Amino acid sequence: MVTIETLIGHRMGSVLRGWSDKITEINRKYETPRIRMSRGVKIALLFLRIYLILLVILLGYKFWTLLS
Amino acid sequence: MGKARFKMDIGSTFFYKYRRFVKTLKIYLLLAGPGLIVMLADNDAGGITTYTVTGAKYGYGLIWFLLLLLPVAYIVQEMTVRLGAVTKRGHAEAIFDAFGSFWGWFSFLDLALVNWLTLVTEFIGMTAALAIFHIPPLVTVIVVSFVMMLMVLQGKYWTWEKIAILFAALNIIYIPAAFLVHPSVGEVLSIGLVPHFPGGFNGTLFFFLMANIGTTIAPWMIFFQQSAVVDKGMKEKDIPWGQMDTLIGSAFTVLVAIFLVVVTGTVLYGVEVESAAQAASILMTTNPWLGTCIAIGLFNAGFLGAICISLASSWAFGEVFGWAHSLNMKIHEAPWFYACYLFALVTAGGVVLIPHAPLVLITLFVQVIAVTLLPAALVFLILLLNNEEIMGKYRNTLLQNIAATVIVVAIIVLSTLYGITTLFPELLT
Repeated sequence: MVTIETLIGHRMGSVLRGWSDKITEINRKYETPRIRMSRGVKIALLFLRIYLILLVILLGYKFWTLLS
Repeated sequence: MGKARFKMDIGSTFFYKYRRFVKTLKIYLLLAGPGLIVMLADNDAGGITTYTVTGAKYGYGLIWFLLLLLPVAYIVQEMTVRLGAVTKRGHAEAIFDAFGSFWGWFSFLDLALVNWLTLVTEFIGMTAALAIFHIPPLVTVIVVSFVMMLMVLQGKYWTWEKIAILFAALNIIYIPAAFLVHPSVGEVLSIGLVPHFPGGFNGTLFFFLMANIGTTIAPWMIFFQQSAVVDKGMKEKDIPWGQMDTLIGSAFTVLVAIFLVVVTGTVLYGVEVESAAQAASILMTTNPWLGTCIAIGLFNAGFLGAICISLASSWAFGEVFGWAHSLNMKIHEAPWFYACYLFALVTAGGVVLIPHAPLVLITLFVQVIAVTLLPAALVFLILLLNNEEIMGKYRNTLLQNIAATVIVVAIIVLSTLYGITTLFPELLT
């Protein structure tokens, strides 16, 4: 079986695995948001998502115009 | 007999009030710190450059606008005091806990990136300021990093805070500097305090207004102050002191900005200036004392910004990864916390030393990336402050919500426009 350790060496592999385990642990710990998802909170989070998507599109467009 | 008794009463009342004042001052000095430091560090290298250029471009014309930024800064930062004192958690951890891992990772990674980029700009400011005194950038970066490491390695939050306040006090160098240029007080008051748009409202003026707002509230400030409140060990009963600290800090930050605008508005009005370092260089030839003041102030601003930003990142890393993260811990007790701090310093300082590094591009990039994080950090702040389960009786009142919402919406709109115009400057023409 191919593992991270066999691909990039034991030492680096175990470091990466340690980080990966830590991130998984953090994701599990904070899996469920503590705040109650009221309508106001949902609207605010939806606004943030749309806002960020628009910003990423703008950044992508700028990057594309710079390259071309 | 009656008169003597009356005099004694006045005397004892005065003495009582004096003792009460001294006692209040002593408690304040004990509890002062996060608010004062974060607000004075708000006038970092980027902020000093913004105010310098604003004064040179519009004279005293935008002083009234700077005054408006006092309540803006206070209302936003005051919320971090309450949140930190009640939850005993930093902002990064609070976001993870309340909104889940998606928003947690987004805020954390964005903060790490924007803080590192801002740290680079602080080093740019510091090296440019000391280059005026013919100090090579390499020496500046090494000495600054060494001093900053010494500040945190002594193992006590309290000591770090008092040293930081000493450096913050240097920020007020622009106040005596303003007296060196002998401005006309009448003109400052008549032009500066009357709200108007010098030269009419146009794209360039709008850009300057946005830049001034952008430099007043930065994402790292929210994360820094909340973590500092937690590390200081402030409790719910300390909230009024934290609020007073933040208010005094807000007043100082605006005062320093106004005095700097008065300086450059008096001696450089109409001169094309692009940075504070350039302004200092110009002034060194005509008024060396003033040039020295501007250069020292710029260096100090960069230094103060750098110590706060690198700490904000280290605290956030510690909170998210569950590492020990306190200035009250020795290096062997919190190795990752100090390693993050050192890593940020060395890499950001190293970038400035790379020949032909795209420093201007980095400076512009900071403004754009900050725009991706600021709205999220502010919205999360308001949502958290409205959660009764988390905040209990310290949640926002209706009045606080109205003020905070208006300010946050205004900041989001203006900082977004600022970011977009930085990306597409042709929109202003």
